Amino acid sequence: MADDTSTKQGEPVEEFEREPVPERAWLGFSSFVGQYAGEHTAGTELMIGPLFIASGVGATAVVAGLFVGNLLAVLSWVFLTAPIAVRARMTLYFQLEKICGRRLVTAYNLANGVMFCFLAGAMVTVNATAAGLWFDIAMPGLNDLYPNSLGWVVTVLVMGVLMTVVAAYGYKVVARIANIAAPWMVLVFIAYGIVAARQLGIESVGEFWPKAQELIWTGGAPLAGRTKFTFWHVMFFAWFCNMAMHIGMADLSVFRYARKSWYAVGTAAGMYLGHFIAWLSASILYAQQLHATPGNTDVLPGPLAYNSVGIAGVLCVIVAGWTTANPTIYRAGLAFQAISPRSSRYRVTLFTGALATVAGMFPAIAMKLLDFVALYGLVLMPMGAVIFVDFWLAGKFGFERNYAEKSGVPINWAAAIAWVATLAACLAVVNMGGMQIYFIGLPGWFAAAALYIVMSRVLQRKEVRL
Amino acid sequence: MKRVARVVSFAALAGTILPPILFFTGGMDLDSMKRWMLIAAIAWFAATPMWMDR
Repeated sequence: MADDTSTKQGEPVEEFEREPVPERAWLGFSSFVGQYAGEHTAGTELMIGPLFIASGVGATAVVAGLFVGNLLAVLSWVFLTAPIAVRARMTLYFQLEKICGRRLVTAYNLANGVMFCFLAGAMVTVNATAAGLWFDIAMPGLNDLYPNSLGWVVTVLVMGVLMTVVAAYGYKVVARIANIAAPWMVLVFIAYGIVAARQLGIESVGEFWPKAQELIWTGGAPLAGRTKFTFWHVMFFAWFCNMAMHIGMADLSVFRYARKSWYAVGTAAGMYLGHFIAWLSASILYAQQLHATPGNTDVLPGPLAYNSVGIAGVLCVIVAGWTTANPTIYRAGLAFQAISPRSSRYRVTLFTGALATVAGMFPAIAMKLLDFVALYGLVLMPMGAVIFVDFWLAGKFGFERNYAEKSGVPINWAAAIAWVATLAACLAVVNMGGMQIYFIGLPGWFAAAALYIVMSRVLQRKEVRL
Repeated sequence: MKRVARVVSFAALAGTILPPILFFTGGMDLDSMKRWMLIAAIAWFAATPMWMDR
């Protein structure tokens, strides 16, 4: 991470946390290409690709859906996140504090920290499927929600403890390994797909598309308990799986270092290497497993990788999982530490890692990763709409920007209502209205924006108005 | 030394992607491919830290 530079005790810190990033610290285009390419080629990509197959998606739907969805994600970074980031040059948290007030940011941090913990838990789960290969333990199946064996619990516990201790004491080492491993990992992910395609009987590039429709993304019925995916599901999932980062504005903290806002096109490296090639490769791996052992619906990245490219494949799963769990545990720790600033960074990270480890024991998060990722984005998205409206539209609609900073209130209730009411309405529509979670983010963002405008007009005190 | 390490790294990247391509085209068997990919992984992680990110 560009903003995770080193300090004493080998511990990374956020620089320029409460001031705009000065020109001397701005970064070039290539920094963002490398960062996004590395961060979005994670162990969890090996869960997501197979889950598309489990959802009975067709070949055209998955390829076109991923292409368009990833393009929309890149455009969201370019036109929504980065323009604000390079003008304000502040972290998400500092900008939110100015708008929402200290107490509301604390609540946001709590939500953010909990979601990061669960995400890190899914990464621990992925790594445990790789480590468990050597111990012949009973691993969870596609529909398992709870730990299914003592061996599984112990494996997750060992992996989780190792990852946590390293995140707390050796963050810089793993961050360096992540940078070093990234080019190799991308090639191994491509190798998964090439090898699995050959194992499926595809012998030339020309045969790929017809056989992909027949053997890989057949567009048939989904597996039991899974939602049937169409082009629209794939497109919205690809667009919004990083909803918290682009339209949720979390990556303001990243692009505040960018010399120009167009540098956000560098996110395409992560989207098209990680969320296009890696997901399609992982899909092919899973299709090969279903073809070779019909009825084996388990989505276990370790065995999937081992059967395809051997020990190098398992090593890639472990490295990919570890190098992305490391900053995730660390960021969750930062979010929690913002709530309790006097706590030691090490203790908070250890606590966070313990939570992630317990979460990782429950395969439900990894096996329902598509739903969890959609929920994660949904929880944080309304605050992105609040920031967007506050930055660009406050003057036009006749209310004050950065209201909490100017009025000194601990909670900007307009922002709080926009966040909580939007989230509650979205979840109600999903749970009672029958709308699937993948589609609710877009109307939800506009609802949050409209609510923030209306509530700001109603609630802002007259004396702080312009 | 750094120049040698770079050469080894790029050879390791080639050793990571060429064996699967050869396997796909029928020019290499699965076990050999897995062996070459493991050797390439070891070479990558041995050589690359000598020049990248220092």
